[in-house]
Amino acid sequence: MTGERLTPHALASPLEIRGLRKRYGDNEVVAGIDLRLHAGECFTLLGPNGAGKTTTLRCALGLTRPSGGEILLAGLPVPERAREARMRVGVVPQQDNLDPDFTCAENLLVYGRYFGLDDAAITARIPELLAFAGLESKRDARIQSLSGGMKRRLTLARALVNRPDLLILDEPTTGLDPQARHLIWERLKQLIRNGTTVLLTTHFMDEAERLADRLAILDAGRILTEGSPRDVIAAQIEAQVVEVYGDWNGAGRESHGAVSGAQAWAEAHAGAFARRYEVSGETAFCYLDDAAPLMAHLAEQPGLRYLRRPANLEDVFLKLTGRDLRD
Amino acid sequence: MNATPLALIFRIPRLSRRFVPVWQRNFLVWRKLALPSVLGNLADPMIYLFGLGFGIGMLVPEIGGVSYISFLAAGMVCSSTMNSASFEVLYSSFSRMHVQRTWDAILNAPVELDDIVFAELVWGASKALLSGVAILVVIAVFGLVDSRYILWLLPLIFLIGLSFGALGLVVTAIAPSYDFFMYYFTLFITPMTLLSGVFFPAEQLPAAVQVAASLLPLAHAVELARPLLLGKLPDDIVLHLAVLAAYGTGAFWIALGLTRRRLLG
Repeated sequence: MTGERLTPHALASPLEIRGLRKRYGDNEVVAGIDLRLHAGECFTLLGPNGAGKTTTLRCALGLTRPSGGEILLAGLPVPERAREARMRVGVVPQQDNLDPDFTCAENLLVYGRYFGLDDAAITARIPELLAFAGLESKRDARIQSLSGGMKRRLTLARALVNRPDLLILDEPTTGLDPQARHLIWERLKQLIRNGTTVLLTTHFMDEAERLADRLAILDAGRILTEGSPRDVIAAQIEAQVVEVYGDWNGAGRESHGAVSGAQAWAEAHAGAFARRYEVSGETAFCYLDDAAPLMAHLAEQPGLRYLRRPANLEDVFLKLTGRDLRD
Repeated sequence: MNATPLALIFRIPRLSRRFVPVWQRNFLVWRKLALPSVLGNLADPMIYLFGLGFGIGMLVPEIGGVSYISFLAAGMVCSSTMNSASFEVLYSSFSRMHVQRTWDAILNAPVELDDIVFAELVWGASKALLSGVAILVVIAVFGLVDSRYILWLLPLIFLIGLSFGALGLVVTAIAPSYDFFMYYFTLFITPMTLLSGVFFPAEQLPAAVQVAASLLPLAHAVELARPLLLGKLPDDIVLHLAVLAAYGTGAFWIALGLTRRRLLG
């Protein structure tokens, strides 16, 4: 943590975090995070389960006290003035917590009251919010009758009841089917186009690549890399990936004893073509800038199957956070 | 397990008018189920009042110059106020806090946890008032009580609701699941009901038990409600009110601290 202290500022970043730490006993969940959102951008925190994404958001909203560091939300110091800062923020939580006893419209009305809005102002805004969520026909429907996608959209509409400058979404499309995810993404793009700053966490690469102006990859409470999706891919990884799998009957396999298939092939040949390769399960992943020589070689290897594709965020993610499961 | 200092956890409650929309939320839910809710709250004390009132009333001609059922009426008003507030802040508040995650949603808005817990307390007392009033109406209609001071019961019922609401919120703050509330009822509420002069005068108890009973909040509630419902002014009004207020304030403070530790750690 360097530089001068963060000071409240009228034209401040929607969210600025410096040196954030959060410790539970001996377990440091957030271990020194710095980030600064630009007004109007979509910033994505990408990380495996347990990376510290949700804890970072809870600290930013003033819902838990950091062990160290400084936070300015909507230009106000958090947690000291978190309540006022939340006037300017909308939140879509990871777990649906719509009010099951209410209809869609009642959920919006009751939530608007928490912002000190008067009933007439909220009621006037409800049709617009329901239309945004594609739930015009569900105005008086009970929450239990909604699908998972509808609930998420209503939660998104609820987060907009106060016309926030900053919208924070914690894994907004986890558990949704592809149609429902695309609809959420369309709505988020629409909001970003209209000037809302969006901070979202996800472990879906496609979500981050689609939406993020900038992203940070988070693991074990630290930011491993940060930048636009394109820049992060270019800086962290080779341009092409060739995945090799299947049986290998090519020359030289006998010398590999117990190992077989793609792994035996990789040990024999991958190093000659790829800048970097890794074997995971039955598949060898070869990372390289020019795939042509490898493709020519593979075409002559009986039994092997292979797939060539441009490198993507998932490759960066797996390179930085490893292939181990995070249960 | 977390490093938040105790002084912060148990700092003075910061109350504001922002509790009102949270109270309104609970009221709106209740309004949808108002009739069954009131009837449900009324049925239990009425069964006790008329069942015991007539049954035991046959055996006990009079207590302190009044019929047994008139004696019992004040006890029923107090104990059902206590039960109504307790049920609301235990089962219903726990559901909003832990199961439905309603509080999490509210905390993302510009409302503090202090406002939410205070709203739950006032709502618990409000529901207790609604069920208390329903019982008052019934006993007044049946002419079981002297209605000279009956309106004084309204603020008293609300205060009893606040005291037991606050006590219940302490239990809610540490409850791992609904099953936990059974301990509170069997170990605290039920014995207290028997020791506080609800069904029979506390003077019937052994001297040592009487001393212990005099520390219980329900005993003080009954000491105020019974004379009022028999058309007399209670003795030691300030003392009884102070005990109820002290239980309410102290328990609310503890409940809020424990809830902060649970949710904001």
